[in-house]
Parts: sequence; C-alpha cells; structure tokens
Amino acid sequence: MKERLVLVGNGMAGVRTLEELLKYDPEHYEITVFGAEPHPNYNRIMLSPVLAGEKTIDDIILNSREWYAENGITLHTGDAVVAIDRAARKLKAESGLEVEYDRLLLATGSNPFIIPVPGADKTGVLGFRDIADVDKMLEAAKQYKKAVVIGGGLLGLEAANGLMKNGMDVTIVHLMDILMERQLDHPAAEMLKASLEARGMKFLMQASTAEIVGADRVSGVKFADGSEVEADLVVMAVGIQPNIELAQQAGIHCERGIVVNDTMQTFDPRVYAVGECVQHRGVCYGLVAPLFEQGKVAANHLARIGIARYEGSVTSTKLKVTGIDLFSAGEFNEQEGDETLVLQDPAQGVYKKLVIRDNRIKGAVMYGDTMDGTWYFQLLREGTDIADFRSTILFGQHDVGDAGHGDTARVLSLSDDAEICGCNGVCKGEIVDAIQTKGLFTLDDVKAHTKAASSCGSCAGLVEALLANTVGEGYDAAPSKKAICACTEHSHEDIIKAIKEHELKDMRTVFDFLAWKTPDGCATCRPALNYYLLANWPADYQDDMQSRFINERAHGNIQKDGTYSVVPRMFGGLCTPSDLRAIADVVERYDVPEMKVTGGQRIDLFGIKKQDLPTVWKDLSDAGFVSGHAYGKAMRTVKTCAGKTWCRFGTQNSTGLGVKLEELTWGSWMPHKFKLAVSGCPRNCAEATIKDFGVVCVDSGYELHIGGNGGIKVRVTDLLCKVDTEEDVLEYCGAFTQLYREEAHYLERTAPWVERVSLGYIKSRILDDEAGRKALYERFKFGQKFSQIDPWKQRAEGAEAHEFMPLEVVSQ
Amino acid sequence: MSNWTEITPLDQIPQLGSRVITTDTMEIAVFRTAADEVFAVKNACPHKAGPLSEGIVHGNAVTCPLHNWKIDLSSGEALGPDEGCTNTFPAKVDGGIVYVDLKNSSRAC
Ligand code: SRM
Ligand SMILES: Cc1cc2nc3c(=O)[nH]c(=O)nc-3n(C[C@H](O)[C@H](O)[C@H](O)COP(=O)(O)OP(=O)(O)OC[C@H]3O[C@@H](n4cnc5c(N)ncnc54)[C@H](O)[C@@H]3O)c2cc1C
Ligand code: SF4
Ligand code: FES
Repeated sequence: MKERLVLVGNGMAGVRTLEELLKYDPEHYEITVFGAEPHPNYNRIMLSPVLAGEKTIDDIILNSREWYAENGITLHTGDAVVAIDRAARKLKAESGLEVEYDRLLLATGSNPFIIPVPGADKTGVLGFRDIADVDKMLEAAKQYKKAVVIGGGLLGLEAANGLMKNGMDVTIVHLMDILMERQLDHPAAEMLKASLEARGMKFLMQASTAEIVGADRVSGVKFADGSEVEADLVVMAVGIQPNIELAQQAGIHCERGIVVNDTMQTFDPRVYAVGECVQHRGVCYGLVAPLFEQGKVAANHLARIGIARYEGSVTSTKLKVTGIDLFSAGEFNEQEGDETLVLQDPAQGVYKKLVIRDNRIKGAVMYGDTMDGTWYFQLLREGTDIADFRSTILFGQHDVGDAGHGDTARVLSLSDDAEICGCNGVCKGEIVDAIQTKGLFTLDDVKAHTKAASSCGSCAGLVEALLANTVGEGYDAAPSKKAICACTEHSHEDIIKAIKEHELKDMRTVFDFLAWKTPDGCATCRPALNYYLLANWPADYQDDMQSRFINERAHGNIQKDGTYSVVPRMFGGLCTPSDLRAIADVVERYDVPEMKVTGGQRIDLFGIKKQDLPTVWKDLSDAGFVSGHAYGKAMRTVKTCAGKTWCRFGTQNSTGLGVKLEELTWGSWMPHKFKLAVSGCPRNCAEATIKDFGVVCVDSGYELHIGGNGGIKVRVTDLLCKVDTEEDVLEYCGAFTQLYREEAHYLERTAPWVERVSLGYIKSRILDDEAGRKALYERFKFGQKFSQIDPWKQRAEGAEAHEFMPLEVVSQ
Repeated sequence: MSNWTEITPLDQIPQLGSRVITTDTMEIAVFRTAADEVFAVKNACPHKAGPLSEGIVHGNAVTCPLHNWKIDLSSGEALGPDEGCTNTFPAKVDGGIVYVDLKNSSRAC
C-alpha cells in the first residue's frame, strides 16, 4: 500500500512542494490536500493586479481542479483542518471528515495582522490576503468613495493603487516617517512618495491609529493625536502573522512560526512545514522565492532522496504598481565600516545605491531605473568580488557588455509582437502569455515551454525581465547554488571538487558517489562529466564517445540536413600552394557542395556525407593536415597578422609566434571553445583583444590579454601582464589555459569565467605564484601528450568505424 | 503477426549508441541502451527531422542533436513540454542478434 501524505494549506508553497515531489517520485504517495479557501491553488501575488483591474481571477489560477485529478490528488476545498492527533496520525476537518496520514505537510501561510484597536471588527474593515478580500474591496468600491489603507509597505501601497484604480479616494496611513522602510532608504522612499502623490494618493505619515469609528459600518479612523479622517473602507496592511494555530494546538514546537530545521522538518519527524507559516533559523519569510526553495528541499526529503538542505535566502523586492520602478535587496542601510556607491539624478527621477563591504555587494536600492536590479542581486548572492568593475558598476551591466539587444528595461515597453528570441523567433506576447497561463516561475520553465532563450541564450536577461515583471519578484531567479541538471542536486563546483579530491576516475563512479538520480545521466550532464574526467585524469580516463555531442563524436559540425562540415587546421593561418591544392583535390573528389574561408583564417568544406568522412580525412591527413577541431569544446584557432616579416609596422614575428602557440595548444579539450590570436603591433589586425588568450606584440615584448569574446556578448580582454620572450608567452599561455581547464564550469567561456572568479584571482595564480604557474604549465603539457593525437587520422585508420558505417540496406 | 528481420549482432551497436538501417522508404535508427534493450525508431525528429541516431542516449530516451528535443524511444513521443512523435518499430534481441519488425510500425503519428 502507498504511504499517505496530507497537505494542509492549498496555497503557493504547499502546492509547489507537491509539484516538485511529483517530479521526483509521482508514485510513492497517496496525496490528500485540504484548503480553507473555496478555490484551487492560485497565484496570490497577482491579487494586486486583479484588484487594479489588470487581471481576472481566471488568469491567476495556477493549478486547475483537473491538475489535481490528473495527478491522483484528492482535493478538499473550503474545508479547513481543525485538529491534528499526532499520536493516532489523524486529522480532522471542519466538515467532520477525518483522514489518516503517514507524512504531513503544513503550509498554512499567514494571516493579515489586524491592529487590536477599538472598532477593528466593524463591517468594512479588511485585510488584504485572499480572493475573498479582493471581492469585498471591489464590492465596496462600487458603493463607497473614501478608503483608508493602514500601512505604507509593499502590500499597503499595492492595495491603495488598486482601490484608486477603482475610483476610490485613498489615504494611506503610515506609522513611520518613510514609506516601505523595510525595503527603502530615505531618498528612494521620498521619490516614491512624490510620484504616488502626483498620481493622487494622499499620505498621513507618522500617524498612529487609535480607533475605528462608525456604527455598524466603519465611518472614519481616529488617531492618537485626536485627529480623524473619514472612511467607508479600511484596509489593514500592517504586516502578517504566521498561521501557527493548528500546529500549536497539535503540540508542535512553534515560536513566531512553526520551527523547522534545514530539511524543513518540524520537531515531529513525520511532519514537514513550508511557506510563510515556517520559522527557519529564526527567520520567517514573506515572499515566494524563498518559499519555493523550501518547497524543493521538502520535496527532496519527502521523496526519500534526502540530500537537499535549505540554508536560508536573501530576498529582493519589487513593487507591482504599473509605472513605478523600484527594486531593493539585501542590507540596503549601510552599517559602520560599509561603503556606499550612490548615483542620484533627480531630474530623471533616478536613484541607485549599492552598499559595499570588502568589495562585495551587500545591498541595493534602486528607484526609477531598475534595469540592473537582477544583475546586482546575482552579484550579491554569489558574493562576487567587484573590484575589477567597481568604478562603472552603477552604470549597469550594459557597460560591461550586452548582447546587442539593448537594455532589459526597454523590454517592458515593447509591443507584444516584438521578437525577443532571435534564434527561435519567439515574441514578447507569447512569453508573457505562457508565463501567465501556464504559471511559469523560472527561466528554465520559460525555456522549456516557449523555447525562448534556449539556444544561444543571449536573450535570457530579457526573458528574466519579463518574468520579474509578470510575476513580480515571485519568480525564481537562478538559485545561489545551481544543480547542473535535473539528474542531480550537485553544482558544477561540487562535482569538480569531488572528482579531484576523491579521485573519481570514471563516470559510473561519479554517478554512484554523488548519488545520481537517473541511471545514465542526460545530454547535459554526461558531456560535462566526460570533460571533467578527461581534464583531471588525462592518463587514466577513457574518453567516452557516447557522452559527447555528435560534433565531437564525428569530428565535424553536423549541418541542418545531417551532413557534416570539415575544417582542416592551418597553423597560424599560414598555408602553401600544395596545402591549397590538396584541399581543392578533396573538394573535387568528393563533390563537396561548398567551400568558404572561415572567420578563423582557414577553409571550411560543407555538406560532406557522414560515411565519406573517414576517406576525406585520410586524404587530408596524407597531405599533412590534422583536424581543426572547429566542432569542439576545444582549442580552435590562432589568428595571426602579417607581422614583422612583411608589415612595415610589425614589431615581432607574430605569425611565427602564432604557429608556436597553436603547436602548443592544438588538440586540447576545454570547458568551452578557446581561441587565440597574435597581433604584430598595437594596431591589432588579428583582433587579439577579443580572444580567450590574445597577444599584442610591442617593441619591448609581448602584452598578454585574457578573457575576451567576440561572440554573443562582446567582451574586450583584460590585460594580464607583459612579458619579454616568446618562451614566456608560451609558459603563461599554457598556465592560463590549464587554470581555465581545471577550474571553469563546463560550457563557461573564459569571458564569464574571468568575470566570475575575478582578474585579481587569476593574477594571483599566474603572476604572483611562480612555482604554481610552472606547475600549471607542466600539467598542461602532460595532458597534451594524450590529446595531440589526430582524431581524423585515427578514424581514417579505422577507429570507431561503426560511427560512420550504416548497416546494410534491407527491404521493408 | 510479426515479421522479424535480422539486423545485426548486438555488439555492433555501442551501448548508449545507435546504428542506422536504410529501407526502401526511410532511415531507421536502432538504439541500444545501457541495459542492452534495443529500440527501432524512424530516424527523423518530430521537430525538424533531425537525425535522432546522432543524439545522446540516456535511460530510454534520446536527445536530438539539432535542437535538444528529448524523444522517448519506446513510444516515439517527445518528452516534456514539447509535442510530437515519430514512428517506432518493434525490436528485440534474440541469441545476441537484433531483430526489427519493419512491417508493424506504430501508426500513432
Ligand atoms: C565556420 C564559422 C563561420 C565562418 O564561416 O566563418 C563558424 C561557424 C559556426 N559557429 Fe562560430 N564560426 C566561425 C567563427 C566564429 C567567430 C570568429 C572568430 O573565431 O574569429 C566567432 C566570434 C568570436 C568568438 O568566438 O569569440 C564565432 C562565434 C560563435 C558562437 C558564439 C560564441 C560565444 O562565446 O559567444 C557560437 C555558439 C557557441 O559556441 O555556442 C558559434 C557556433 C558556430 C557553429 C558551430 C554553430 C553550431 O553549433 O552548429 C557554426 C558551425 C557552422 C557549420 O555548420 O560548420 N560561433 N564563430 C567560423 C569557423 C572558424 C574556424 O575556422 O574554426
Ligand atoms: C496582495 C499580495 C501581494 C503579494 N505580492 C507578492 C510579490 O510581489 N512577491 C512575492 O514574492 N510575494 C508576494 N506576496 C506574498 C506571497 O503571496 C506569499 O508569500 C505566499 O503566497 C505564501 O505562500 P504560502 O503557501 O506560505 O501561504 P498561502 O499562499 O497563503 O497559502 C496558505 C493557504 O493555507 C490555507 N489554510 C490556512 N490554514 C488552513 C487550515 N487549517 N486548513 C486548510 N487550509 C488552511 C489558507 O487559506 C491559504 O489558502 C503577496 C501577497 C499578497 C497577499
Ligand atoms: S555560422 Fe555562426 S553566425 Fe552563421 S548562422 Fe551559424 S552559428 Fe549563426
Ligand atoms: S530537429 Fe530534433 S530538436 Fe529540432
């Protein structure tokens, strides 16, 4: 018989946990859900737009009743659980229904805090929490004129905005001297207040409510100083209280919320709890992003995988009032010893403040221009050292490089038919529609459902901006620790470390050691593991062809019609008449449909049939060519310019040095593609300053540049150092390459890697530590012994023949 | 009624790999999983006819090499949010030899 799981609280955190659980293990439990509200699970954070008339209730349903039925979940709506008997493992609902459980999940959310002043129970005094509250407000707006909202926080302002949109005259009463004091500092709060006043909202600041006056229905609010305002409707939005009544009554340990440990278990090991009702490491959360993280962890344990831990969250906030851009995250009020970076432009209505400690962002407040909010938030959560771009950070990420799409803020003002994803032709309207109708919260969800951002990824920032704007900050930004794929909980970092420290030398051992959830991984993790194993154990690991993408397996680029392209290596771009003749012969011999000079200074042959590959390679290999690895996450090309031999400006032999660098590095497998260039003088005709490793020759030596990228997101290199001799160039190049090979994440090019680990770190490893540099260089050369074997020659000689030979033709 | 055609010894197909057979009308990819199960699937992805034989095999599924759709090898259906399916053919291993029934394609698609 299946184990029985009962969920109390049919809200956002609880149902999200069930969704995660069904992904892990749809069969293990017989699931029953009790919800006090008469509705299936809906998106509570969208109540504000519903109140403002921008959405309807139907738009915000997340899980329809059919969803529960399809997943075999018994749902009782409009039936609150009133008692839990933990000894008998049984609970009782209002309707009298009794249900037994093996595991219990509490997700009872919270209740709006109603200030206990005389008159607080009069008709027309409401909280702002659920559909019923919104219905009552909309009803009141039809008959009455004057509304008072008590509480100038996030919720209060959204309520006030909604009531105003419904034609009411709204006054906001706030105890503090600034609005949203939990999210904003003084200047930002003042700017917010000014723009809300310009829309017609009225404010009573530092006003302490003493009494609600009226007969049956409220007619006004009286304050401690004796003054009074008229009101036909009072909305109390002064805070929330974790809803712990049921848990307390059942004798489960509670403080402010239901106390849970890092696995989301309460003091009764059969009982888990998630959401706003929970207190974790002393903190109760009131935003959905942390609750979803909790849900993931609880599901992991309910599914008996038992490895996830919840370690707390940093949250960020955004106000969902159309036309007002506001963002805040972390510790935005500086403490002693902190530094602040401030940009203030009152004329444009822009204010940005970053709180910095030890060159790391601790908090951010932005008003008017929140385009870089998600970027700052990411830097904050990842604890990135910002020393390298501190002087420009306030100007935003586009200053560091952007995808040519323009800024993310502008995306919000685009029309619905504006194309967001250029690779897959997905428009803004389709994305927003999918987010709303399918209830998507993460970038991964949007990728899967719309294909936007799933190819080259350059529009991911735009999609995130749409997500953030459509679902508020409720969207799951990439979690601070990200699993490499759905087959495991582990991040790239964890995996690299385990492979090194525990000397894991084949894939099966990695799967077992790290408790992989799938029998043989997937198309995301297997290539990554194959690379990590190869990079760490070049002498021991047997390269696994079935874990390589077809391009690397067939040593050619697969084309849209299933044929392949072939690019022979031309060291440093140099070639001879006989080289060119040999290539021309191959083109004629095999009827190659098209040839072209590539952007990497060599020649591409397109449209070669798979079964012809081995013979094409044999002919090229007989003429002295090796594979150009134009298909691989590997060292690609070394671009060179004319240099000292011919050019009137040349300072060094850039072509010769390019050939030496290519001889050193060819064949090397990398986390991502890796390109080099050598320019003979600062005119830089070989474009060395947008390469992964670039050399610019000068009269007195060689400037070494790293971390450039000319692709999706152009990034100019950082100057690593200047060296005197060609031998030094080779040594520094080998050492830098090896550091990247050992430490970068699979599919992370040098540009994002350098930004992630910081230039300072790379300098400390390559410049400051001479012995370390030499050791890296030695390890690089050691690995090259195993990789500088021409894969084309091997295959021309018969290796992996099955890859290229179709089985015989049969009759159907 | 089944019409088993003898295809190849099992060891001619790499584990987590495939080989292609060409019939009068189409290419069929014959996959071998880690557990030595075999599946025969029309070698055309439901998305844009990508060659599924060139994909990475995991569990009982293959990821198409062109745009990463995942196709269930036993049903020929796209997994996850993608929708579409490709024909499958009964396949079995008997005495170390792979057989495919080329006459009884699933008509689901
Ligand atoms: C053949 C070539 C275009 C040409 O005819 O010139 C080419 C062709 C492809 N490029 Fe490129 N790139 C070529 C030079 C470049 C350059 C220019 C350069 O190297 O100087 C760039 C920008 C420089 C850079 O990488 O920083 C370039 C940036 C990209 C990118 C974006 C990389 C990035 O980090 O942003 C991709 C996508 C990727 O790697 O994920 C890409 C991906 C591709 C792929 C492999 C697409 C694919 O996955 O199938 C194309 C294969 C075509 C085919 O079927 O053979 N190609 N690609 C060039 C081969 C150079 C060579 O000799 O090996
Ligand atoms: C108007 C509004 C706007 C918001 N905007 C944002 C935003 O922009 N961004 C953001 O991150 N967060 C926002 N929030 C907060 C967010 O909605 C909550 O953090 C989230 O819904 C909490 O999820 P939960 O599952 O813990 O609680 P809930 O979603 O409240 O679910 C709890 C459910 O349990 C039910 N329940 C309680 N007791 C029982 C019982 N004994 N038996 C049966 N059922 C019971 C309740 O009726 C309720 O339906 C907003 C909230 C509101 C009200
Ligand atoms: S060759 Fe490069 S730029 Fe051209 S279509 Fe292919 S990936 Fe895009
Ligand atoms: S053709 Fe298979 S995913 Fe596009």
